[in-house]
Amino acid sequence: MQNYLFFVAKRAVQLLAVIFFGVSAAFLITHLSPINPVEQAINRITGRSNFSPEAVADMRAALTALYGIEEPLWSKFINFWRRIVVLDLGPSLIAFPTPATTLVMRALPWTVGLLATAVVFTWLIGNILGGLAGYYQNNRVLKGVGIVAMGLQPIPYYIVAFILLIVFGFVWPVLPISGGFAMNVRPGWNWPFIGSVLSHAILPALSLVLVGLGTWFLGMRALVSNIISEDYVTYAELAGVNKRTIVASYVIRNAAVPQLTALAMTLGAIFSGTVITEEVFSYPGLGSLLIAAVNAGDYALVLAVATVAITAVAGAIFIVDLLHPILDPRITVE
Amino acid sequence: MFVIIRDLIRFNIEFAIGLILVGIVVFFACLSAFSPVDPSMIYVAPPDQPPSWDYWFGTNSRGQDMFWQLSFAFRNTLLFGLTVAVISRMISITIGLLSGYLGGPVDRVLMFFNDIFVALPIFPILVLFYFVMRNDLNTVNLAILMACLGWAYDARLIRSVALGLRYREFTRHAVFSGMSSPKIMFQEHLPYVMPIIFSTAMANMIWAIGLEVTLAVLGFTNINIPTVGTTLYWANNHSAMVVGVWWWLVIPVILIVMTFIGLFLLAVSLNEYIDPRSRLRRMGL
Repeated sequence: MQNYLFFVAKRAVQLLAVIFFGVSAAFLITHLSPINPVEQAINRITGRSNFSPEAVADMRAALTALYGIEEPLWSKFINFWRRIVVLDLGPSLIAFPTPATTLVMRALPWTVGLLATAVVFTWLIGNILGGLAGYYQNNRVLKGVGIVAMGLQPIPYYIVAFILLIVFGFVWPVLPISGGFAMNVRPGWNWPFIGSVLSHAILPALSLVLVGLGTWFLGMRALVSNIISEDYVTYAELAGVNKRTIVASYVIRNAAVPQLTALAMTLGAIFSGTVITEEVFSYPGLGSLLIAAVNAGDYALVLAVATVAITAVAGAIFIVDLLHPILDPRITVE
Repeated sequence: MFVIIRDLIRFNIEFAIGLILVGIVVFFACLSAFSPVDPSMIYVAPPDQPPSWDYWFGTNSRGQDMFWQLSFAFRNTLLFGLTVAVISRMISITIGLLSGYLGGPVDRVLMFFNDIFVALPIFPILVLFYFVMRNDLNTVNLAILMACLGWAYDARLIRSVALGLRYREFTRHAVFSGMSSPKIMFQEHLPYVMPIIFSTAMANMIWAIGLEVTLAVLGFTNINIPTVGTTLYWANNHSAMVVGVWWWLVIPVILIVMTFIGLFLLAVSLNEYIDPRSRLRRMGL
């Protein structure tokens, strides 16, 4: 148990370090920007109607005070962290004065839902199929799956999502290709809404699963084909242990530990893929919000999305790491 | 070297297919040197012509001959991927060998930062850079930036190999005969790491090209340089699929998928070559 606590503490330090360095980097990148957010906001406001020069000057002064632009960088940096601790990410500009936190929190469940579903399905299906393909190396069906996985694995998220969009949007329009739910249902816990959410999630989730499957399949197949030549597997086979038991609890279980580590290491990349997929299918998650914010030049919101994204990914990696003892009892026992 | 490549082509079907696919795309990209048209010019050909003898890949709505346009696009994209791969390889070799050979506190500090880079979601950070730099984010800057973000995973791999080399007999001999640490790392240990560097370079190119395509499609790079991503960006911008100019989208997508699969097969077969156990299995032992 003590070992496990030590393991958790080490991971927790790492989690905090990733969040601190990542969010600080995001802050510095945006604040070293030559773009002046005050001028941008004024341009947007004065673009629509005429203002007297005094009014514009007043507005400039008010916005400068609001953004705290005059302050030196280090005090902005400290203030930024002080506000983050109480979950205040400043007002957004595209939906002023809605706090950026509100917009991000509205988008977050969509992304988390999509990402979690896709990751769980991909990891389980990929590893189980890969494990079977590694154990039953002469099975025709599994060999076919291997070729398909090999063909899909290197293609980036964007291209796969785009191909699905073309196929199901133009060639065979059966599934909804944009949005998170249909316009004619009322959000809430009712069946039409849930059904609509699920049917809208099929294509984005499918594209994530299709891309991700190959990595786990190929990785697991390679791991398993190394494990089956180990002495203990040969011994179990000779001792007449049921084949299913060997595959499930001797082979796949052992090979799953490095795959879980790999999951923690690739979660950042999978998140990037989710962001892109959301944009392709206009899914109302963090990705679409980020891209809308960039296109509108919304300084605060871009920083807010990046902050939440870095924190969320680091948190997810932490959770995956905590799952290790379930698969690998050595961590708690040693 | 040539014997290895010849044997790989003869006995490893994946390597042969990968080589053919990448070869076709590289040949196509090299054709851009003989292009009769300037890729930055628009409305030099009749717009929206389907593929024909005059225009092999058709023409787009901007009046460009897609054959030469794509040739330039693939040249730029492949060069971009290669640049990222080379720069990030240099970073990961240095960090990986240093960390593996020196060990101790150096290793711990380097791997601490390495883990941070592995965990960061790179796409939002690249978008942040675009947000700040806007049109200053040209191909060269983007390549350097992505190289600085994409070295971490492979540095860890190289480190694990270097860790094993550290306790080998020949390293001890080198130390006792007075070889300096940098010399040991780059003359004695580097050759052992070389196969990994080649296979991860392919994977790194796939990653870099994929991200470039994604950023460009969203319009987050300089959209006036022809790359695969900007080609798709302009096609989407002119709603190519809706107005029926399908060859503007389908041909580049097919070619880029060929590139990805080709590079991936090369990486996989090189990996297999590195790991002798899998070669034994192939021979049925």
